[in-house]
Amino acid sequence: MISVTRPVLYSEAIRERWRRPRFRGELSGATAIAEDVNPLCGDRVRMQLTLDNGRVSAARFAGDSCAICTASADVVAELVQGRSRAEAVALGAADVLGVLQADVRPTRMRCVTLPISVLAKALS
Amino acid sequence: MMLDEQTRRDFPILARIVNGRPLVYLDSAASSQKPRSVIEAMARYYETSHANVHRSIHTLGEEATELYEIARDRVQRFIGAGAREEIVFTRGTTDAISIVAEAIGRTLRPGDEILVTDMEHHSNLVPWQVAVRDRGARIRSVPLVGEGILDLTAVDRLLSERTRVFAFAHVSNVLGTINPVAELVTRARRVGALTLVDGAQAVPHLPLDMSALGCDFYAFSAHKMLGPTGLGVLYGRRSVLESLEPARGGSEMIKEVWVDRATWNDLPWRLEPGTPPIAETVGLTAAIEYLEKLGMERVREHEHALAVHAVELLSAIPGVRVFGPRRERGAVVSFAVDGWHPHDVAAALDAEGIAVRAGHHCAQPLMRWCGVVGTSRASFSVYNSVEESALLAHAVAGLGAAP
Repeated sequence: MISVTRPVLYSEAIRERWRRPRFRGELSGATAIAEDVNPLCGDRVRMQLTLDNGRVSAARFAGDSCAICTASADVVAELVQGRSRAEAVALGAADVLGVLQADVRPTRMRCVTLPISVLAKALS
Repeated sequence: MMLDEQTRRDFPILARIVNGRPLVYLDSAASSQKPRSVIEAMARYYETSHANVHRSIHTLGEEATELYEIARDRVQRFIGAGAREEIVFTRGTTDAISIVAEAIGRTLRPGDEILVTDMEHHSNLVPWQVAVRDRGARIRSVPLVGEGILDLTAVDRLLSERTRVFAFAHVSNVLGTINPVAELVTRARRVGALTLVDGAQAVPHLPLDMSALGCDFYAFSAHKMLGPTGLGVLYGRRSVLESLEPARGGSEMIKEVWVDRATWNDLPWRLEPGTPPIAETVGLTAAIEYLEKLGMERVREHEHALAVHAVELLSAIPGVRVFGPRRERGAVVSFAVDGWHPHDVAAALDAEGIAVRAGHHCAQPLMRWCGVVGTSRASFSVYNSVEESALLAHAVAGLGAAP
């Protein structure tokens, strides 16, 4: 079958982090763990954090999710490291989208925000 | 002439261009598109005849009531029900199932069981979960075997004198599996259990005859069968409906009311509290007329051919896994693509104008059986063509290794 020239679906940053996430994995000795699902699609994200003196010293994510959600989780895990609890909770969708260099349609925004809400849950 | 060549121009929305490409709508199992005759019938009703039904002693009220009750007769004939009293209008399939689950739920005793299956839509699980709550009753489920068919030996093992209701789908909204309704009803009746069939994915696609199926309840939605949203049907065998104590009260469903008690109206109005979706029933009449003109046998053949064609094309693509029976199936085809999450598949196909559903399809227990978070699903209706299933396969083949 001839190959189709497709329009690029996602930003380079999303595609790169979907194919080669940097912060996916287990974190032994994690001190804050939370998990949640997106009821619309069943996607699942788990965030594991290590907190030292009120600062996030390490973060990893795991789960089963689409490219946007996986890329978002990867960015959240990256951005949160070194932040205080208050700074980490302040992380928002705009921060993640900035790193992903992407506009996301309203129907997919929950894919971006799921890892952020899981992070907030882990820190609460 | 292929069915789609005859029908396509009747559906105005199919002329849309999506992301620069002609729309290929393969999501009719979620909600079908509407022919012009349905849209116009509803507009005409609002422009000429609208009033509330049953209580209005004026011309418009009489016209609205007549149209509403004509819809009931049309549904009765369309599904082969024995009497018009057996047709109850609801807000949808979920609502129809809930009406039964709520009423029976109030009669459940400790030890009673509701039997469901592992392929049910959440709409045929959660109302039962609510019904058994706090009553000491429990839910049991028929497992699946092989390509995703019910384990019939387990059915006999799970059915017992404790089973109050056996609730199952006629056609799986994910696998396309067509369950042997009459056979399952016979087995349930042997132990004295009632049967409720979720027909949401069957009524739009198969010729139906309630007297042949023999079930006690059958639930479906108008919007999946070319009709409007917000309307469903609960079919119930008259003797069973008679014994169902209404769990919901309101206007329309009463004979006489005092401040602290009331007597119930006759069937079917007894189970229709409040002002019903009137314009929607007018739309449903038009949808049934449309389907009857095509002929449900022809509809079934057309959609089955499309589904089997899609299964063959998709399963020939390396890295693509198709779920459900290969040949004996309804008009849905679920698949997974290596390296791709189903939502990303749907987004990529949407970029080419192809609308498919992706996710858990409100069947999470079934997703666990399949071993996936979700699937991508193409589903077919009277307006879809062989070319469209080929376009789908072509687009899936061009996805590449990862987003």
